Amino acid sequence: MARKPKSLKAVFTTGFIKQNPVFVQFLGMCPTLAVTGSVESALGMGAGVIFVLTLSNLFVSSIRNFVPREVRIPIYIVIIASLVTVLEMYMNAFQPDLAKSLGTFLSLIVVNCLILGRAEAFASKNGPLKSMADGLGMALGFTGGIVLIAFFRELLGSGSITIWKDLAFTFVPEVYRISILVAPAGAFLVFGILVAQINKLKFKREERNEVA
Amino acid sequence: MEYIAIAFGAIFVNNVILKQFYGLCPFLGVSTKKSSALSMGMAVTFVITLSTMIAHLLYTQVLVPNEITYLSTIVFILVIASFVQLVEMIIKKFSATVYSALGVYLPLITTNCAVLGVAIDITVNSQNKLGTAVPTFGQVTIYALGISLGYALVIFLFSAIREEMEAYPIKRNYQGIPIALITAFIMAMIFVGFGGIV
Repeated sequence: MARKPKSLKAVFTTGFIKQNPVFVQFLGMCPTLAVTGSVESALGMGAGVIFVLTLSNLFVSSIRNFVPREVRIPIYIVIIASLVTVLEMYMNAFQPDLAKSLGTFLSLIVVNCLILGRAEAFASKNGPLKSMADGLGMALGFTGGIVLIAFFRELLGSGSITIWKDLAFTFVPEVYRISILVAPAGAFLVFGILVAQINKLKFKREERNEVA
Repeated sequence: MEYIAIAFGAIFVNNVILKQFYGLCPFLGVSTKKSSALSMGMAVTFVITLSTMIAHLLYTQVLVPNEITYLSTIVFILVIASFVQLVEMIIKKFSATVYSALGVYLPLITTNCAVLGVAIDITVNSQNKLGTAVPTFGQVTIYALGISLGYALVIFLFSAIREEMEAYPIKRNYQGIPIALITAFIMAMIFVGFGGIV
């Protein structure tokens, strides 16, 4: 445990690639597969996770010295669940279409292992500022990951990219679309292939480092 | 007849893992051995069925009459977490054999999104999942039982495939999670075939 404390910038960027929650840690896989049918819903989910994870890390870290170890998990869950309730109320009131397309998965942010995992592994041991940086970095990494999956699924499956409501671009004509990729089953395939390709890159880089 | 349709729909057509993507972490994590997949499946069946019944009673008897349905997420997660703890204590007290088979998996279930997901689906979102805004207690029980049996069935079949797969050479970058996801893709394609029945 005698590691050198990381700088704020290193804490912030570690979630982008090195410890990416989607492709490296495989945390929070249910939303990863479920909301990636379109880039729009992936972005919405990402925004929700950014909000909840940044604030939950802040709160958990602020109270870390007062919470008895035995009851810490229930307390974390209550904090996270309250934040998710706020998010749900906001989405239902101001973004009803997005709330509808995310469906139950909006509420399921509560049990997303990424959020409880960061609370337990990082925020309960570090100061508020660092914890917020970690939460924001991890959540941005998560958003990047799911948007990448959604990009391939939507582009190849429905031939277009929808960024926000009417801001949509069509690229692929109807006859060439692979509609199975937008169906639930296709999520497994796209995610599996993407993970394999990323592993390939990782192994290549490791080999190069060994030679050098 | 109506109950058979609900049960069949919940087990096969709207399979909790392959169609709705609930509970994927344990699905990929605990499915490397048939025996542990079976234990996980049994523990999940037990917890989902009972906690859904409790959630339904709480929602219809407490949350709706008092007009505090916006609190359902926070109430359900607390109920589920304490319920799982209670089940663990009861099993530990009464049966050492059952505890040794299921004990390790019970704490994992609290963060299994299938439990909370089903509880929310039969209350807040029941219009989409069951076709009625106010499902009866009987419908909810059958649905929850069907969903959890579907979970147990798929996780067991999947673990059997993964055990077999260990004997075959797989490219290094596909080993582990990627090949498991692609296997799940093929299983999901097969389950799409049940779609037209109900």
